[in-house]
Amino acid sequence: MSHHLLEVSDLHYTYPDKTKALKGVSFRITHGESVGIVGANGAGKTTLFLHLNGFLFPEKGSVTVGDTVLTKKTRNEIRKRVGMVFQNPDDQLFMPRVFDDVAFGPLNLGMAPEKVLERVEDSLDRVGALHLRDRQSHRLSGGQKRAVTIASVIAMQPDILVMDEPASHLDPGSRRQLVELLKGFQHTKLIASHDLDMILDTCERCIVLGDGKVQADGPTVDILTSRELLEANHLELPLSIAKNM
Amino acid sequence: MTDALLSPVVGTGFWAGTITVIGVASRKVREKILLEEKLVPFMGVLAAFIFAGQMINFTIPGTGSSGHIGGGMILAILLGPHAGFLAVASVLTVQALFFADGGILALGCNIWNLGFYPCYVAYPLIYRTIAKERASATRLNAASVISAIAALQLGAFSVVLQTVLSARSELPFYSFLLVMQPIHLVIGVVEGFVTAGVVGYIRTTTKETRDETAVPAYDIRRYFITKKFLIRIAAATLVVGAFMSWFASTNPDGLEWSLKHAVVSNKIDMPEPGSNSVVKGIQKNITLLPDYGFKNGDSKNVKEGVRQSWPNVDAGRSLSGILGGVIVLGFVLGIGLLISKRKKKL
Amino acid sequence: MTIPGNEYVDMSLLDDLSYGNTFVHRLDPRAKLLTTLFFVIIVVSFSKYEVAGLMPFFIFPTLIIAIGEIPVRLIVKKVLLVSPFALAIGVFNPILDTEPMVRLGGVTISSGWMAYFSILLKFILTITAALVLIATTSFQGVCFALEKLGAPTVFVVQLMFLYRYLFVLVKEAASTLQAYNSRSFGGSSISIRVITQVLGNLFMRTVERSERIYAAMASRGFDGTVRFMRPHGIRALDVAFTLLCIACFILFRALNIARDLGSLITGGG
Repeated sequence: MSHHLLEVSDLHYTYPDKTKALKGVSFRITHGESVGIVGANGAGKTTLFLHLNGFLFPEKGSVTVGDTVLTKKTRNEIRKRVGMVFQNPDDQLFMPRVFDDVAFGPLNLGMAPEKVLERVEDSLDRVGALHLRDRQSHRLSGGQKRAVTIASVIAMQPDILVMDEPASHLDPGSRRQLVELLKGFQHTKLIASHDLDMILDTCERCIVLGDGKVQADGPTVDILTSRELLEANHLELPLSIAKNM
Repeated sequence: MTDALLSPVVGTGFWAGTITVIGVASRKVREKILLEEKLVPFMGVLAAFIFAGQMINFTIPGTGSSGHIGGGMILAILLGPHAGFLAVASVLTVQALFFADGGILALGCNIWNLGFYPCYVAYPLIYRTIAKERASATRLNAASVISAIAALQLGAFSVVLQTVLSARSELPFYSFLLVMQPIHLVIGVVEGFVTAGVVGYIRTTTKETRDETAVPAYDIRRYFITKKFLIRIAAATLVVGAFMSWFASTNPDGLEWSLKHAVVSNKIDMPEPGSNSVVKGIQKNITLLPDYGFKNGDSKNVKEGVRQSWPNVDAGRSLSGILGGVIVLGFVLGIGLLISKRKKKL
Repeated sequence: MTIPGNEYVDMSLLDDLSYGNTFVHRLDPRAKLLTTLFFVIIVVSFSKYEVAGLMPFFIFPTLIIAIGEIPVRLIVKKVLLVSPFALAIGVFNPILDTEPMVRLGGVTISSGWMAYFSILLKFILTITAALVLIATTSFQGVCFALEKLGAPTVFVVQLMFLYRYLFVLVKEAASTLQAYNSRSFGGSSISIRVITQVLGNLFMRTVERSERIYAAMASRGFDGTVRFMRPHGIRALDVAFTLLCIACFILFRALNIARDLGSLITGGG
């Protein structure tokens, strides 16, 4: 139980060019939670995510996954536990064939070939993409690429899934499929997106990031219906809510 | 270079050279990767970048024609010799297969001509000598242009050498050289200016964004090749070259020679050119076009100076050959059509 | 717009074809690679003036095209379009070498022309062999084959990355070019200055892309070694195919079938 926990406390980060990207971000995510992160461009989402996978290290404050605190030494441990789904599926699907891409992580974990095979098929099956197993990555549609990137991350069996704009590069139909897929996932999830409707559909909790700080943190339904809060953070009401108001 | 103009000895000889350099370069790159993991995706996408860049045709000033970049020198400069060589080799491999550029035997020659000279000659000896650390923009431009020209001159010379050594073309060495070198001087100048432009653009942009003085995003000094390596390569080239020239002079066609010996030593009955006993036997009885043989039965070569290669060149047999060839070709195409038709029905 | 041009379209077509499922497609890539290489070496081993002896070799690409269900038109088009180099260099043979060699009725053919025909045939055979190989073998298959045949893994991984991203980057280059073209007032011609900017711009984005790819790799445990699972071992059928083909090539090389057939008719030789 305890390792399915992500705690960010008083996180500060300043880039070498003196831009203060994070000015004391704190939140805690527990087992099975689905949390959305919203905020305008430059609010600090990307910087925050770079910390969650040890590409940046806190200048002040800490990032803790389970009982492991992020340091240069524990970076690889943290990467195993936090599964990152990046924004551009073309950059994440770097192996020519789907199978090899999904197998990349498990093979790096040193698993035996039979186990890898099992893991790959299981992961692809969970995202409904088992039939793509032997396809070439560059020949997939946007939606298929997204599904495979998620499979390649869950093949590592991470404790927490972190997704950066999972709905970008998707047509409306594929976006709908993705939403259904995410809803069915029992994983602990952290999803950053400008697509507030998707956050509304997939996350029960939502954090608003603005100016390097947490501006609001609470149930998605409360936050995404508050016009003042959203507009103060350069965001807009989700379409589905705006329509009904 | 292209398969059709190569002899097996020259083709496989240059493949041997190319494989050796790929092996050495891979080992060196592997060492760098352990220090700098990022090199793996960087080399890969940079090769894809050159591949895409080659598809853009631009106007060559003053000629009215258009051309595209080669990119060998750009890769050498941005990646250093070893990774640069592997990147060039990968681009040419994909092109040999998908564009049928040259063919797969000539690929060895092509990697050598377009990869070895920019990466292991022009880059260390010319580019690095002119463009030392913190070189001015002018020096950098000069280094790019001169090294691109040198790489292409060497490459063109290499093509001439391979063609002449293969002895499939009648072109005399000097005339061919006189055609190839000036053409490649023009190509080299254009390539040089594009190389200088791209390297310069990258340098100014990286300066603006990162305030670092290194030429490209990656520090190339670490990929610099050692003297020891150069000496080894030079020695290997000498040995291969000496062997090849000996082989080429004693046996105009190495494979032919070795094939013949292999067959003879295995005591398989080797047919005397055109005199299969069964065929001869039948011939005595049925002869449809008896007068068309040219210098019938004369096994001497038609022309003095034609090498005594096997099978012999004989006018009479050549005509028979053409006829037979047409029949065989028709037969082959017939089989192909038949299979295709049957497959479509299924 | 210059790209994606014909070459790119054809490349995608060949790529499409390579995922077919025929007897030829199912053969082990190693078997096809070695057979093709051997084929090319045997073909170019024929002497300078050989024409007839090359004819039987057409059986190999013909069979592969027929069984592998490859559109002949695509192959013919590519062979016709590809590299005029061989033809340009070869054309000097009939000019420089005018010794008579064959008399066909009243027409005398010089040895130079025979050499030129020989180059032409070798050209068609070798280029077709390469095209047919890639039309029936996925590039990934070629990479695996190369690795199994002893190519350094670093180089094989390089080929895999290039292949994965060349499609992405060709599209990106096309859109970059479009952006530059729509801003320029000139026609469709691209100057050296523009190509430099386009390439520089593309390079910067390529570096950023490689950073993102590296991040994706690192987050899945990349430690400098790219690991992948190799396909299963070679089947007896693959070995049989290779040996049979090579035996045929040697036979065709040793016995000049076409000429003997011709001699039979003319009574020559």
